[in-house]
Amino acid sequence: MAEQLPEHPDFLWRTPEPKRSYDVVIVGGGGHGLATAHYLAKNHGITNVAVLEKGWLAGGNMARNTTLIRSNYLWDESAAIYEHALQLWEGLEEDLGYPILFSQRGVLNLAHGEQDVRDSVRRVQANRLNGIDAEWLGPDEVAKLCPIVNVSDQIRYPVHGATYQPRAGIAKHDYVAWGFARSADAAGIDLIQDCEVTGFRTDGDRVTGVRTTRGEIACGQVALCAAGHTSVLLDLLGVRAPLQSHPLQALVSELLEPVHPTIVMSNAVHVYVSQAHKGELVMGAGVDAYNGYGQRGAFHIIERQMAAAVELFPVFARAHLLRTWGGIVDVTPDASPIVGHTPYANVYLNCGWGTGGFKATPGLGWCLADTLAHARPHPFLAPFALDRFVTGALVDEHGAAAVAH
Amino acid sequence: MQLIRCPWCGPREEVEFHYGGQAGVAYPADPAALSDEDWARYVFVRDNPKGRFEERWSHAAGCRRWFTAVRDTATYRFER
Repeated sequence: MAEQLPEHPDFLWRTPEPKRSYDVVIVGGGGHGLATAHYLAKNHGITNVAVLEKGWLAGGNMARNTTLIRSNYLWDESAAIYEHALQLWEGLEEDLGYPILFSQRGVLNLAHGEQDVRDSVRRVQANRLNGIDAEWLGPDEVAKLCPIVNVSDQIRYPVHGATYQPRAGIAKHDYVAWGFARSADAAGIDLIQDCEVTGFRTDGDRVTGVRTTRGEIACGQVALCAAGHTSVLLDLLGVRAPLQSHPLQALVSELLEPVHPTIVMSNAVHVYVSQAHKGELVMGAGVDAYNGYGQRGAFHIIERQMAAAVELFPVFARAHLLRTWGGIVDVTPDASPIVGHTPYANVYLNCGWGTGGFKATPGLGWCLADTLAHARPHPFLAPFALDRFVTGALVDEHGAAAVAH
Repeated sequence: MQLIRCPWCGPREEVEFHYGGQAGVAYPADPAALSDEDWARYVFVRDNPKGRFEERWSHAAGCRRWFTAVRDTATYRFER
């Protein structure tokens, strides 16, 4: 049997044994961890780095998101980091020398009520002041851009208009991860899979070693990029952060002809949908209400999501659901990430991206690498420090971005 | 659909319930004495374990009473 199979294609990265010590240990081999490794090497020449992954590279949320990329956030702090990311996305294929199928097909964020309209127009103005492309469109213009949206006033939540960011888009998430991994590996960074962190060796206010299922590894600095499992790591360190892990589900239809030219998001009825390059309709649902680490969610969440999607897009009624899956998202009280210092001087936190971490991947990687290289938060990350929950300087993106990112 | 056991109504479908998060979070006994750090902890920080978790649920579409249940956050299984 085996001799009938074709040769395995070339591997994009090595499978090294962990060394005894690294200058930087990144915990979590998802998009954020791999991007941080890439920029540590590329921008700062720091290559004595290990990325530790308890499963396989980019097998968590990086493989489970709906691949939406946009930067039309309300607050200046969010706009800065997400727009920085979007600009990096625009040159990422060249930077990585690897195809990522980045397609800037624009995003429509629908408004369904008077307050929705006011909030949306406000966000358009805020985006423009931050140099981010944004327009307000009426229902007719929405229908012109995306003819399959039901803009009739006969539905439960009629479409009153939408914000439009033309530069938003989608990318193939696996290729993005593989591109970052290949680049980091080529620079000499060790990507170590099947290596779960089980504890930390501390000395005063420093972490001197990381205990793993593949032995103890000494470290100069540690960056925690573990998304939904961040609380599990912080519990090992005795650090408390306002994070709650929830299941978040997504789904795809069978392959269809091109019917959906853009991205449509509706926070009110909880639909976000685009059509992948291959032809599947890709849709995201809302989080399950309860805390969960199971990488699966309840079916009634999918059912509710489908009901809303079919009303907004009547043409979907005859599409078949091909598969659903779940990831674990770490949600913060203000729907903004937590990045920066921890009580340990050489440990940096990167978590709380909740339902929207994918789009930030290159921006976060760039800024976290800079943070590690200079041992202080990059200016774009400074507003997202853990201590904002004490000072009260929250970055409240609930109203602006709502739960769907 | 997962069945959740309401202590008063018995097993009912999950959609009838409302989740209330971590159980046993008491209102501060002396609020005026709290530091900013203490307030942040009380308002924002909750446990987030992978595994056994004591939490509040309300049978919102039934008897509307609150109860405490123990659930495993990795398997989603209720202990009782």
